[in-house]
Amino acid sequence: NVGRPCPLLSVHPSRCLVDEKFEVLCQHLLPALQVTLHALLQTEDGDYWEAFGHYLSDAVGSVRVSEDASLGGSYSGVEPMGLLWSMRPVPGSKTGLRLRKKDVFKPTDVNISLYEGHLNEGFKDKHPLASVVAQRWYTAPEVQRVEVKEKGLKGTLFIPPGPGPFPAVLDLWGGGGGLVEYRSALLASRGYVSLSLQYIGLTGDDGKPCIVGNDYFEAAFSILKQHPQVCPDRVAMMGLSFGVSVTLGMAAYSSVIKPKCVVCVSGSHVMPVNGSLADVFDEIKKNVKNSRFDEEQRVIWRDLLLPIPDDSSKKVEMGRIKCPVLLIVGEDDQNWPTSESAEDMKQMMKQAGNSHLLTVLSYPETGHLIEPPYSPHIKASNFILHETRNKVVVLWGGHTVPHSRAQEDSWHKTLTFLEQHLYSNDRVASRSNL
Amino acid sequence: MVATSRTLSTRVWPLHLVKPTRGLVDEKLKVIVRNLNPRQEVTLRCVHQDVWEGFGHYISDQHGTVTVAKDASMGGTYKGVEAMGLMWSMQPVPGSRKGLRTLSTRVWPLLLVKPTRGLVDEKLKVIVRNLNPRQEVTLRCVHQSEDKDVWEGFGHYISDQHGTVTVAKDASMGGTYKGVEAMGLMWSMQPVPGSRKGLRLRKKHVLSPMVFHISVFDGHITQGFSQLTALATHAVERWYVAPGVQRVYLQEKGVQGTLFIPPGPGPFPGLLDLWGGGGGLVEYRAALLASHGFVSFALEYLSSEEINAPTTDVKYFEAAYQILKSHAMVQKDRLALFGLSFGSTIALSMAAYSKIIKPRCCVCISGSHVNAVQRTLSETFQEIAKNVSKIRVEDGQVIWRDIILPIPADPSMKIDVGQIKCPVLLVNGSDDQNLATVESAEDMERMMEKAGNRHLLQVLTYPGAGHLIEPPYTPHHRTSNFVIGKDKVLMLWGGQAKPHADAQEDSWEKIVAFLQQHLYFTGSQAKL
Repeated sequence: NVGRPCPLLSVHPSRCLVDEKFEVLCQHLLPALQVTLHALLQTEDGDYWEAFGHYLSDAVGSVRVSEDASLGGSYSGVEPMGLLWSMRPVPGSKTGLRLRKKDVFKPTDVNISLYEGHLNEGFKDKHPLASVVAQRWYTAPEVQRVEVKEKGLKGTLFIPPGPGPFPAVLDLWGGGGGLVEYRSALLASRGYVSLSLQYIGLTGDDGKPCIVGNDYFEAAFSILKQHPQVCPDRVAMMGLSFGVSVTLGMAAYSSVIKPKCVVCVSGSHVMPVNGSLADVFDEIKKNVKNSRFDEEQRVIWRDLLLPIPDDSSKKVEMGRIKCPVLLIVGEDDQNWPTSESAEDMKQMMKQAGNSHLLTVLSYPETGHLIEPPYSPHIKASNFILHETRNKVVVLWGGHTVPHSRAQEDSWHKTLTFLEQHLYSNDRVASRSNL
Repeated sequence: MVATSRTLSTRVWPLHLVKPTRGLVDEKLKVIVRNLNPRQEVTLRCVHQDVWEGFGHYISDQHGTVTVAKDASMGGTYKGVEAMGLMWSMQPVPGSRKGLRTLSTRVWPLLLVKPTRGLVDEKLKVIVRNLNPRQEVTLRCVHQSEDKDVWEGFGHYISDQHGTVTVAKDASMGGTYKGVEAMGLMWSMQPVPGSRKGLRLRKKHVLSPMVFHISVFDGHITQGFSQLTALATHAVERWYVAPGVQRVYLQEKGVQGTLFIPPGPGPFPGLLDLWGGGGGLVEYRAALLASHGFVSFALEYLSSEEINAPTTDVKYFEAAYQILKSHAMVQKDRLALFGLSFGSTIALSMAAYSKIIKPRCCVCISGSHVNAVQRTLSETFQEIAKNVSKIRVEDGQVIWRDIILPIPADPSMKIDVGQIKCPVLLVNGSDDQNLATVESAEDMERMMEKAGNRHLLQVLTYPGAGHLIEPPYTPHHRTSNFVIGKDKVLMLWGGQAKPHADAQEDSWEKIVAFLQQHLYFTGSQAKL
């Protein structure tokens, strides 16, 4: 009985924010034992997602995920966070799922279990040797959530704890519409008042779907700027997909919106000069015949804005932008021609003489949905077209390992970029004099 | 802005207009005073945070008006027609610290605290960035207990040339702790001025976190924090339980206590957690041990009513041990005893004498082998009470350490530790004023040497530490209120804050490692 193994499984930290790493450690196994580490979570919709890695304990009976190589499973090699980013829906799940948190004040409990042997399936029918819980949060304690309804806007404000005032970010998601809060919640946890704005899929007073004009975004930016806990001269904009069209358009043309800096993820500058969201939709609709389908009938929309026009009236005049721009693009983006757009934007800014404002992060084999780190890579998912309510499966692109690295790297660079432009004192440039 | 009148002969109702009252720092101010007496001497003064001032001397015109943008200041911190003189001429008030930085650069400090949610025994990383270079700041940690007392710990820092303060690397120059102390904000916490006396910080509801607020303030502040606005604040949760730890209250076979079970299928090694003569049910240590992988049974063996006439006897502990041993989530051959103070005495007694309790190892904090627990606790307390004359009271503080001194030579007065068959870890503070633990440990060593089981004993003795060696970062209590029957006394536990904090941090790490080695390790008994 004395010699019987009593494995000890631990995850550290057991509670953290979703963009933080953890260490999974198994001890007191027999040496050279084949084991599987398995991660399981249940979404708010009731779906189960899992990831697993095959390991071999070392001479003292330990497995340390941050240092040991997974020999197979949903990820392989030395991958400290593979148990999270390689997650996919368990066999038998609905198809085309996407993992997105709705209630940002409830954590996600990830069950991490240790099984004997190298298993690939049937986890729920097997008895694990040990199991622990890694709890992951989108919000730090005492981040506040406030619904924004004034001036016809629909959004949610997240405010960091503390007296403030704070720099702020206007956070714009993409064509999927709805109100997506988790990135704003995370930005607030990092010290920024963040406004998640819903701007697609809104209905007018008549109950019919309406497309908002530029004044909608200007109102949102103003509300943010005037908030008592916001430093009015330190407000940035962050957009993904369609959100980038809005961000670049406003930064270039709006007399009201003067962001301190902008972050543009997976987007394009192609739209009529000084246009509105409606203009972007029209442009895209014109080319809908350019939709392609892959062998699994997943729709590829990247050609709808190609070729990048030479005509300068058909794109945002990048030379007009006066603030630093961080462009994040995936080179395997199958939804928007983001690489081509980024290249064109670079050329425009070179010619206009403001390319010193531009930083481009271009990630090979990375798709369209560049989300906060350790979120599972979604290569394709269900999408409901707003006007027709038809359901399609959209191909976003990317390969899991490089895409996951891109999410991790781009998020940290985004936070550094925001801190540099929104928090640092203006003495940064003359730091060498100190 | 204040306009002060020199003459008292004519009552004046001055009207002063300042515009804008909220503006950007680069906007001009319009300052006008009306309804003064004609040719009245006034001083206009601008003050910021009681530290900076700018002022000008004016004489009102024939209408009793002063218009700063048009009239000349005749003295003060600026002279002449200066629309914005009140601002740019500001200087530290007389008596201020020297070399204060000017207000020309607004600071947007970034306070980083990690983790914002952690277990109570995890270290915190606290960094402040984007301060001015060489800026004096105060870092403060504040907590409101379940009893609504407010506790605070704070340190005085100076940022480096980049405007950064790193608590783990920089020295605190004052406050409730000094020097380079990564966790000083926690362990040096004390009740705020004006609090009740003799307090002890202990969490009752262990399934909810303790919430701390960590703030950074401009300047080296020692009081009045609640009237100041911090530069930044973070909320930090510190938990006794890891996610998934279960709490089960047990009342079985006359035994009562709380079981804490780690997440997972189990079964797990188990331990019986015994507190001291204060009685009651103390759960937080068992909760924390469960977070480290042990089914932990916090046993209630002295309810506060019974403390003077306890009916509990040896069978109670054996029954508790049996309950633990036979629990579905417990590995029956991997059990330990964990005691503090009188709980350690119980643990040593059981380990030496019980036919039923056969632990794999024992952890005994601040305990003694003097006065065995052979039959009822009542008998043991009566033995102790025989020496009540040795209790000292100094400065209103009750000192119990002499009760068992000198350590008796008569073996019938002590637990026969030579009969113990498992490893024992003793953890003691050299400045223990409650129990003569260091002397007891020395005597135990001698007894075990003679009996041939000395190799089972490991003793950790911490200089400057007192009796209450708790989980790390718990504030040190040199004294606290203690109830004995109907009396409330101020008990002297001993120890000084810094060495006691070091003892708690070091001993906890060694205790957890000791338990894991003896309860989880797969090696054979011979290795022990």
